[in-house]
Amino acid sequence: MTYVTMYALTGTVLIGVGLFGTTTCSHLLRKIIGLNVMGAGTFLVLIALARRTTDPLPDPVPHAMVLTGIVVAVSASALALALLRRYYRETGRTDLKPTLQKPRIARKDSHES
Amino acid sequence: MSLEAVFLGLIVLPLLGGCLAFLSRPLALPANLVVAVGQLICAFELARTVMAQGPLSYKVGGWDAPLGVNLYADGLTAMMLVMVAVVGGTIVLYTAGAMRSIKDDTYDQQLFWPINLLLLASLNALFLSGDIFNLYVTLELLTLSAVALIGLVGTVDALTAALRYLLVAISASLLYLLGVALLYSIYGTVDWHLLGDQIQVDQVKGDQASLLAIALIVSGLLLKTAVFPLHFWLPPAHSSAPTAASALLSALVLKASFYIILRLWFSVFPYAEFQNAGTLLTTLGVAAILWGSLQAINQTQLKAMVAYSTVAQVGYLFLVFSLASDAAVAWDAWSATVLFAVSHAVGKAAVFLAAGSLQYATGSKQIDSLAGIAREQPVTVLAFATAGVVLIGLPPSGAFVAKWLLLQSAIASGQWPLAAVILTGGVLAAIYVFRVLSLSLLRCEPRESCEPRETRPVPRLMQYATLGLAIVAITLGMMASPMMELLKVDAPFSANPFSADPVSVSTFREVAP
Repeated sequence: MTYVTMYALTGTVLIGVGLFGTTTCSHLLRKIIGLNVMGAGTFLVLIALARRTTDPLPDPVPHAMVLTGIVVAVSASALALALLRRYYRETGRTDLKPTLQKPRIARKDSHES
Repeated sequence: MSLEAVFLGLIVLPLLGGCLAFLSRPLALPANLVVAVGQLICAFELARTVMAQGPLSYKVGGWDAPLGVNLYADGLTAMMLVMVAVVGGTIVLYTAGAMRSIKDDTYDQQLFWPINLLLLASLNALFLSGDIFNLYVTLELLTLSAVALIGLVGTVDALTAALRYLLVAISASLLYLLGVALLYSIYGTVDWHLLGDQIQVDQVKGDQASLLAIALIVSGLLLKTAVFPLHFWLPPAHSSAPTAASALLSALVLKASFYIILRLWFSVFPYAEFQNAGTLLTTLGVAAILWGSLQAINQTQLKAMVAYSTVAQVGYLFLVFSLASDAAVAWDAWSATVLFAVSHAVGKAAVFLAAGSLQYATGSKQIDSLAGIAREQPVTVLAFATAGVVLIGLPPSGAFVAKWLLLQSAIASGQWPLAAVILTGGVLAAIYVFRVLSLSLLRCEPRESCEPRETRPVPRLMQYATLGLAIVAITLGMMASPMMELLKVDAPFSANPFSADPVSVSTFREVAP
């Protein structure tokens, strides 16, 4: 197994772990970390793909993509963490309660604006 | 005006305006107004040029692909940009009216202005993108500004919806990015024109890596477009956001990810080989129409009803994937879908704005509190009714022309069940629109039959901006033929009257990569 394959496989495993974490954990911080793990996995796959040719020099385009991707991921995590802090301050909870609309019974009295 | 200025203006103008609006509070509103006007001029100029000269391409800074960023505009792009400019401009006017007279101390309203401009900048950049990686970046920018808009109010509902939307949208973007990476590794390009040519030549059928890439890209985008059953995040997000934000999200942001699916499916992917997948997408669309409409009928809150109506209307956009498998009706189905998207954008924005005004007037989110409101708010109820006609799909709205074409294609290609669903969807939409209208037109004789209440006056600008947008929405059907002409420029399934190579508008010296 070459180290390029190792990178690609590790990336794939990380994506799986991240996706699993994001979908199954209820703690919001874990979900955000899951997304970051997933992102790291995607970037690893991209880095491995830069080495797909026999050319001694790696392809610079995936590297440029990874750099852009990291910037996007950092800003998204920052926004998610800021939202989470605010959410925690307002509710004292660290998980999302279901916000689906309740059926039309017992809603008559709520006249909030 | 040089075309280069048009291309750059559409992206740089809102971006700079957004930064300015963020730095200086007094300049926020003027910046928004200037951008709204500038964007409108640029979008119409671009549409006019595309119609006259054919598709255009622009290499930013003279750098060619793969390292440079290529912008590209054809009929579909121009149509989407005009849609953004018209809807975005009206929302700016509406919000200006709302903020001048309504003071809401629960959150910092002024933050809407910079985020709005960043959202418009990312929308314009997305529609102009010529490569699939750039689409990823703009899609992320769009998501981040949309999340910020949803969470702006800072209530628990809004924060929950924003967080849920963010988590869903980022996972979706990563799936999309992974697909892009795989496609790049197979075909060595991210430019969607070149990619389309390569895929046609190489015949992906049986190629597992390409199929996986396409599956990842499409599933990421489906999650973002909130097609049934992936719509769970949409109703809370769109109903708890501030009104102007709801309108932006439902009208424009959803169309962006749908635009990417439509573009990639018919211009890049070998759709003819994916008939089963196309049928699956259409089935999801059918389920969305029926489920979304029934949920909309079942809602007690006005904005939640409008949000579920979006879930339903998104369904119509997915009928094309099965209809286009019949070459004879493919162009009709494709152009009808674009027309429906534009028409829904304008109509739904008007409905959301009207719903927001009514909610403000009564001070309640409930539909029941609207009884007899037409007496106090005639203009807003008129706007709601006019735009409601678009949701039902009655003439002369653009949705009518679009549904008519879809219906014709469904019948001509022998897909009868789809025709039945289109008609049923219209009836269901009529039920939820008329439910609100009949309640608001209720005459309270004797007076005691209506609950006593006090309504607040709605600022004029809010009323008339909404009405104006509703009138545009309902008259779109009469403009269908110039719109179709514009769409024909470099569209799939249509004889292209121009050469296949886009006209380059770069004035920079070409730089070898």
